[in-house]
Amino acid sequence: MSDQEGDLILADLNDSELVEQMMDDLYDGLKDEIAEAVTILLDRGWVPYDILTKSLVLGMQIVGDDFRDGILFVPEVLRSAQAMKGGMAILKPLLVETGAPKMGKMVIGTVKGDIHDIGKNLVAMMMEGAGFEIIDLGINNPAEDYINTAINEGCDIIGMSALLTTTMPYMKVVIDQLTEMGKRGDYIVLVGGAPLNEEFGKAIGADAYCDDAAIAVETAKSMIARRHNQV
Amino acid sequence: MTDALTRLLSERDWLLTDGATGTALFNMGLQSGDAPELWNVDKPENITKLYQGAVDAGSDIFLTNTFGGNASRLKLHDAQSRVHELNKAAAEIGREVADKAGRTVIVAGSVGPTGDIMEPTGTLSFSDAVEMFHEQAEGLKAGGVDVLWIETISAPEEYRAAAEGARLAGMAWAGTMSFDTAGRTMMGVTSSQMANLVEKIDNPPVAYGANCGVGSSDLLRTVLGFSAQATGRPIIAKGNAGIPKYHDGHIHYDGTPELMADYACMARDAGATIIGGCCGTTPVHLRAMREALETRPRGERPTLEFIAEKLGGFSSPSDGTDDKGPTRDRSSSRRRRT
Repeated sequence: MSDQEGDLILADLNDSELVEQMMDDLYDGLKDEIAEAVTILLDRGWVPYDILTKSLVLGMQIVGDDFRDGILFVPEVLRSAQAMKGGMAILKPLLVETGAPKMGKMVIGTVKGDIHDIGKNLVAMMMEGAGFEIIDLGINNPAEDYINTAINEGCDIIGMSALLTTTMPYMKVVIDQLTEMGKRGDYIVLVGGAPLNEEFGKAIGADAYCDDAAIAVETAKSMIARRHNQV
Repeated sequence: MTDALTRLLSERDWLLTDGATGTALFNMGLQSGDAPELWNVDKPENITKLYQGAVDAGSDIFLTNTFGGNASRLKLHDAQSRVHELNKAAAEIGREVADKAGRTVIVAGSVGPTGDIMEPTGTLSFSDAVEMFHEQAEGLKAGGVDVLWIETISAPEEYRAAAEGARLAGMAWAGTMSFDTAGRTMMGVTSSQMANLVEKIDNPPVAYGANCGVGSSDLLRTVLGFSAQATGRPIIAKGNAGIPKYHDGHIHYDGTPELMADYACMARDAGATIIGGCCGTTPVHLRAMREALETRPRGERPTLEFIAEKLGGFSSPSDGTDDKGPTRDRSSSRRRRT
């Protein structure tokens, strides 16, 4: 660590200073510091869910906003996501134990024929950063894999990614199959990938096209909220 | 001995490269998800047709069908043991087409990214990346390409690794990056940063530049960023023919031949020497580009306003080279430096 000057003792900060520092440390991708701060907050009696929503998620929101706005790029976002993971490794079992409310569950993968997964990985990380539970199918997924996973795992969202103009039409195959099974209404379907656009998302019957990982998170949050309101 | 591309550049003040590979192969029936590189052996007649299309349309350079021909990409099709064979086959077909052209046509061995993120952010080590690029370069060399053509790179480390692969194979090379995220590469590289990065490489490319990305306007903005650095190294502009649109289950690019002809001349005015297309660019587009480059006089260096007016607006207000891009001011005074 190269922090000679301004070396700072996290445990000496009060709660609000510490939370503010965590947001900066997430921004800077400092994994060890995030893990330490999470432990400190737990020791101070914070509920795991509050640590998630009031520090980590807010911090990742800033990262997501700056990625969307062209201030941060993929390397920085990956480092932030890794720092987030450092905190989540501690929190995840505790969240389950304490029966914390869930943001939602998403199955995600690149579609059949498409092996380009950097964008998909970013979305998965940012979604996790926002508190969603992610089942990552990896690359090259046939329709059945998305649909069976969504059914068996009780997902709320199906996320499909394609980088190639030649693979993007397969997204429609998945959606059509869902419709045939009478299950289209059970899931929020989000699509993304460099060559896609909103017009394409509409044409194939997705709920939304997401321009980047940050927008995917915003879209997922608002659609989940709308769903809850309907119920 | 100088390479064929350097020789041709010394004789001409602009060169036309080719257009899209994927677009053409899908029109010949390549199935979505199949590795195009397998056709170098399984359907060589289609690859001949692909190359011939570019040559007949007037291209001075065409790229081999080997974009995904590295071990990391071919592994996804369980063909990682066929790197040498598939690259050599593609190059041999190219050599044959070029040698029959009746004029000098450069066969450029296409080398695309590994698709992996490099250390320290990702998992691919520099030495592993070099090894993959070197392996592909040897296959292309054995098949007789004139130069290597590294393209669609987004990370500086990967660009350097590919350059090192070329050096190990003893090949001259050209190398482009794809600027598709707020005017930068996905990894945040600006056009001016790339121009300077290129000069720091021990075996620098014969030419460098941009390919693919968003639309032709963005690509020209990137070219202006390169030429502003005035390194004197030839600049490559290989932009997409517009933006992909989806109609009745098919994708087509909305850039017309007329638009691509305007783009080609503006790219030359912006400082590019090697001009071509990328996704969506067909021989029809190439013909229009060639004719425009041959018949229209050179013009002023285009302004951003002129580009936007002729070709359409940019995908982002800034490309990171003008210090006008968005920034974040953080209030916390305790911020650590990493």
